[in-house]
Amino acid sequence: MHDQLRLTIDGVNVTVPQGSTVKDAIEATNQSVPTLCWHENLEPANACRACVVELKGSRVLVASCSRAAEDGMEIQTTTERVLNSRKLVAELLMSTSNADLAFDLQHLAEITGANPGRFSGGATWERPLQDDNSLYVRDMAKCILCYRCVQACGEDAQNTFAISVAGRGFEAHIDAGFGRELPESDCVYCGNCVAVCPTGALIGKTEWNLRQEGRWNEEGLTRTDTICSYCGVGCALTLHVLDNRIVKVTSPADHPVTHGMLCVKGRYGYEFAQVEGE
Amino acid sequence: MGLTAVFGSGAGTSSYEDFHRTAFILLVGSNAAEAHPIIFHHIMKGVKNGAEMVVVDPRQTLTTKKAHEHVRIAVGSDIALVNAMAHVIIRDGLYHKEFVEHATEGFEAFAESVSTWTAERASLVTGIAADRIESLARRYAAAPTCMIAWTLGITEHHNAVDNVRGLINLALLCGNVGRSGSGLNPLRGQNNVQGGGDMGALPGRLPGFQDITDPDVRHKFEAAWGTLISKVPGYDQTQMFHAMEENRLKGLFVIGENPVQSDANSRLVRRLLSDLDALVVQDIFMTPTAELADVVFPAFVSFAESEGTYTNSERRVQRVKAARKAPGEARDDLWILASLARSMGHDWPILGAQALFDEMRRLTINFRGITYERMEKLRGMQWPVYDENHPGSSVLHERLWQSDPGPKAPFAVVDWEPPVEGLSSEYPFLLTTGRRLAFFNTGVQSNVYDHPHKIGEWMELHPKDAMDLGIQDGEIIAVESKRGRVQVPAYYSEAVSPGTVFMSLHFPDEVTTNDLTIDATDPQSGTAEFKAAAVRLSRLDEAAGKEA
Repeated sequence: MHDQLRLTIDGVNVTVPQGSTVKDAIEATNQSVPTLCWHENLEPANACRACVVELKGSRVLVASCSRAAEDGMEIQTTTERVLNSRKLVAELLMSTSNADLAFDLQHLAEITGANPGRFSGGATWERPLQDDNSLYVRDMAKCILCYRCVQACGEDAQNTFAISVAGRGFEAHIDAGFGRELPESDCVYCGNCVAVCPTGALIGKTEWNLRQEGRWNEEGLTRTDTICSYCGVGCALTLHVLDNRIVKVTSPADHPVTHGMLCVKGRYGYEFAQVEGE
Repeated sequence: MGLTAVFGSGAGTSSYEDFHRTAFILLVGSNAAEAHPIIFHHIMKGVKNGAEMVVVDPRQTLTTKKAHEHVRIAVGSDIALVNAMAHVIIRDGLYHKEFVEHATEGFEAFAESVSTWTAERASLVTGIAADRIESLARRYAAAPTCMIAWTLGITEHHNAVDNVRGLINLALLCGNVGRSGSGLNPLRGQNNVQGGGDMGALPGRLPGFQDITDPDVRHKFEAAWGTLISKVPGYDQTQMFHAMEENRLKGLFVIGENPVQSDANSRLVRRLLSDLDALVVQDIFMTPTAELADVVFPAFVSFAESEGTYTNSERRVQRVKAARKAPGEARDDLWILASLARSMGHDWPILGAQALFDEMRRLTINFRGITYERMEKLRGMQWPVYDENHPGSSVLHERLWQSDPGPKAPFAVVDWEPPVEGLSSEYPFLLTTGRRLAFFNTGVQSNVYDHPHKIGEWMELHPKDAMDLGIQDGEIIAVESKRGRVQVPAYYSEAVSPGTVFMSLHFPDEVTTNDLTIDATDPQSGTAEFKAAAVRLSRLDEAAGKEA
């Protein structure tokens, strides 16, 4: 059948439908592919290189998350070149960025045997915390420039286009346009950038505060799926509750209404539910 | 209301995903980017896939800024526009003749009624250039599929149902209903407006939108409930207020609503509720309505503290679950209602949400196949779901395209009427009201969290008008209608046209916008004309001078 593609992954034959990526093909063999910038509801940004693999006939390693699968491709995922490259990605990012909350990056370092301190002592993306509103905090020392926030703010979901990557090389950074502060920008505080951030560079203010106070407790959190109480769209909400208080709201990435995205009311407008004693 | 009359059920006919695969998106009186942001994500996905988007709105909004064309229409003139579009489409023979013949009725009379609605005539009423109306009509008719969606800009008028019928006429004309990528979609303003109607929270309906005047329907429920059901529909909200005015209605039970602030002509509503013999309010807060009550029942926060379902604008019935414990003496809505009945001497069982849902689905057709388990597994289900193997319905009224189309969909002859309150030299400005992205209705929910854009209520005032009146940017001014007077900061904004001013109703504790709005209601839907009231503006020192 011409709408099925046959590939070889580490010597194993696999068949995937037309339109699949190399990553899809690898996953069809029950292997997982490490990723940082890839997100199931965003266009691949090709920024992080964590998912690279070797493609027979290609001089350079290819990003499996975005490379379209083609009939007859031969892919190697465990060569020394692939593993070295992934390890280097982890080591370089960990030398410049604070990976305390970057669980995918920590995982990448772990599975590649990366030495987080290998390049330490050089320049870092250390910069002051940006705490200028009561809904979310920006700790850009944790940013790895994966572009997810830019895409969620832009054409992949929100279509607000409040932020983009400005500057070049090591000076590249997420910017709200003309160096403006966030409250003066086009930002509508939907928090969809926060929802897709893989490193904690963007983090809800309540979670940030609780973590600062040492009171964020993963084991004590319950997560309950319900539906938003505002307009009639019917967005699924996951309420993260700690000590009987809602401390964070997300939405399931596979929900047919939201695809994991919410508006400012749904994500942050929950405090009314826990006003007590008045 | 309009949808029920034409198709037999009052619900959006499409799914949000139909926006992804449509060729044309026509939003009328809808600021989806602010009022329904996640539906707007679906809309923008359609635009990315190549759809043309046209937004008809008197104001410039976040939605109009994303449109290929913003049709800036005079407030309350929608019927003139859609009748003129129909005129052009029929005159040029661009309508879907097979569909009109096969699935509709009343075309001849409709065509006759729009024969005088030339684009030139509509231009005088709508303020839209005639060639733009002609062009819009031709592009709409040429599109192979079209999603039409509307919100309160259509329904918050004294002729709301006529407005909706006008849009339905357009869809019928080009076969834009009952198939993938085409449909008629009222975007619901509240989380469970659709579910409330579905469950019979309407004066003439029983659960499953079943007609209370139908004896077979009544007998079915009487047998299930072991009680007699009156065949006379109850009052809708407008009729209740009239009955209160005439002292025929002396007690009121208000559940989860704040009419003192949300209804038009607030001062009248407050007086009527104050004059009742008994007012019972069930709410999560001591709202201004609850403050007038003789008895207040503290309730659970429905989305976070109780079990049940909501139905959204694409008919998706979804599970609501308790995530936290409610405080103090608050109780579940179901417990309160059943306990109240019990204390009045009726032997109602106190059922959980799932047991009640199961009872409901046995008594209805549309919900019969929806179970709590299936909702959980499938992330909600879109009614109708006829049995437990039925997959749910992403599109309604596909029958219209089948060899037996069933009851034909009628065109309606609708004529334009201006808003009830005309402008005068005494009240020369048109006040239109609406919502802002970060806030919601009377603010009971949305004014608790701290949003960076929260500066309280303010008026959008065109700079030209401001300069004529000598009003500074941000100056607090007086706004008066025949019904009331408020003070509000006015900011210069070119989002409104000269002569029109805009306010929201999000901060009624500081600025009771609905003291100004008019309680002229649509006789069929009972919705008030929040979108058009005549007001005058004055600087405070002038107002003080006059009073002195």
